[in-house]
Amino acid sequence: MSDADVPSDAVDAVYFGNFVGELADGQGHHGPLVAESLGVSAPATRFESACASSGVAVRHAMRAVEHGDADVVVVGGAERMTHVGTGEATAMLATAADAIHEVSAGVTFPGAYALMADAYFDAFGGSRRDLAHVAVKNHAHALENEYAQFQSEVSVDDVLDAPTVAAPLGLLDACPVTDGASALVLVSDAYARDAAVELTGSGQGSDTLALQDRDTLSRTPATERAAADAYRDAGIDPSAVDLVEVHDCFTCAEVFALEALGLYDPGEAITAAREGETWRDGQLPVNCSGGLKAKGHPVGATGASQVVEMTRLLRGDHPNSDYVPDASTGVTHSAGGTVASTTVHVLEVAR
Amino acid sequence: MSQRETGARTRDEFCRAIETGDPFYLACPDGHGSVPPRRVCPDCGAQSLTERSLPDSGRVRAATTVHVATSAFADSAPYVTAIADFGPVSLTGLVVGTAPDAVEHGTDVTVGIQRVDERQRPTLVFEPR
Repeated sequence: MSDADVPSDAVDAVYFGNFVGELADGQGHHGPLVAESLGVSAPATRFESACASSGVAVRHAMRAVEHGDADVVVVGGAERMTHVGTGEATAMLATAADAIHEVSAGVTFPGAYALMADAYFDAFGGSRRDLAHVAVKNHAHALENEYAQFQSEVSVDDVLDAPTVAAPLGLLDACPVTDGASALVLVSDAYARDAAVELTGSGQGSDTLALQDRDTLSRTPATERAAADAYRDAGIDPSAVDLVEVHDCFTCAEVFALEALGLYDPGEAITAAREGETWRDGQLPVNCSGGLKAKGHPVGATGASQVVEMTRLLRGDHPNSDYVPDASTGVTHSAGGTVASTTVHVLEVAR
Repeated sequence: MSQRETGARTRDEFCRAIETGDPFYLACPDGHGSVPPRRVCPDCGAQSLTERSLPDSGRVRAATTVHVATSAFADSAPYVTAIADFGPVSLTGLVVGTAPDAVEHGTDVTVGIQRVDERQRPTLVFEPR
């Protein structure tokens, strides 16, 4: 609120993303709780779409502003998960998968992404070493990000030697369990014409909850649909995108996202990090924040935090902004479950 | 099993049918396959679903060896979970009766039911043919 220079009595609505508050803390119904904590009496709503919870909240906040229902919306999210043990956290995260068909057969959340990675390798090739480069890159990007959970480097060998969680994914292929929160203030043109960055496109896609019911396991069509809508909404095509923040809950997820966003052809993004293309000094910087992998993944906060990070990258006050001085168009991608819920947003430097 | 109209079938009925050796899937008039619990075809929204016999054999589409399990499956870890294509439907199951590294894409499996988790709920299992 202070960064936006917006007083609390100007807020028309509060949109809040959270995934497992009931399971982690016995607390649901976060809308009023969060508004209270902001000193705001405006209508407040909680959104739950697994890991895309606050991505969906941002989309609805944008629509409320676009449709003239609100001039000022505070939108964000939060999650607390580090106070439960690994077994309990694994069980909570598994609720984003299909309880009847998948969790009942021993599928964990890393297990579900491992099934997708296995299918991808079978369809297109690629190796654990290729994926390890994604983790190495994203840790390197987080070194100067004061909001990152891990401001520490990892090596390719660290990733390859880490304990296996669900083959082919190891511990350092996975984002951490994180506590965290995010918030941004979205305003209408009528309220303020001097904002540095505009949200110009939004898209959302859904897919079957269970992987077994999809025609392909090596691609993520919900992201393809969300991206098409977001690009159309913004009036751009993928070639206009200068940098992206994608949902790298696992290293393989970054690969799936880049292909589904139309930034790489299917089967081509697997080597992008290894070749240096997606590093902050590469042709298409990906996850300059450190991504979920190193910035952390406070599930319900993540979608909005990507928009916050992208805003700072574009307006020039992010630790990695110096690497992307000419960037004017950024895309954020948030994926819930095994990409059964996806949001894609386009941000542009205001002209 | 012949083709018979059904209102809706529960997951328990689906598992029991596997246990008694007469597994089925649901087909809509356009031939889309699905598995219970369904009242409506997830592909096209058709509200008329018919029970059909599930093919005897499925083929592995993807597999993973899970090392870090939820508490319900902790005693079984590491274990292999796979998605297998049975033609009109794919199923997700725990692979039993073989070494983890023996499961590959294209491995043919049959489906059964075991009660392996801590609460003894029915778990779909695959066994290589």
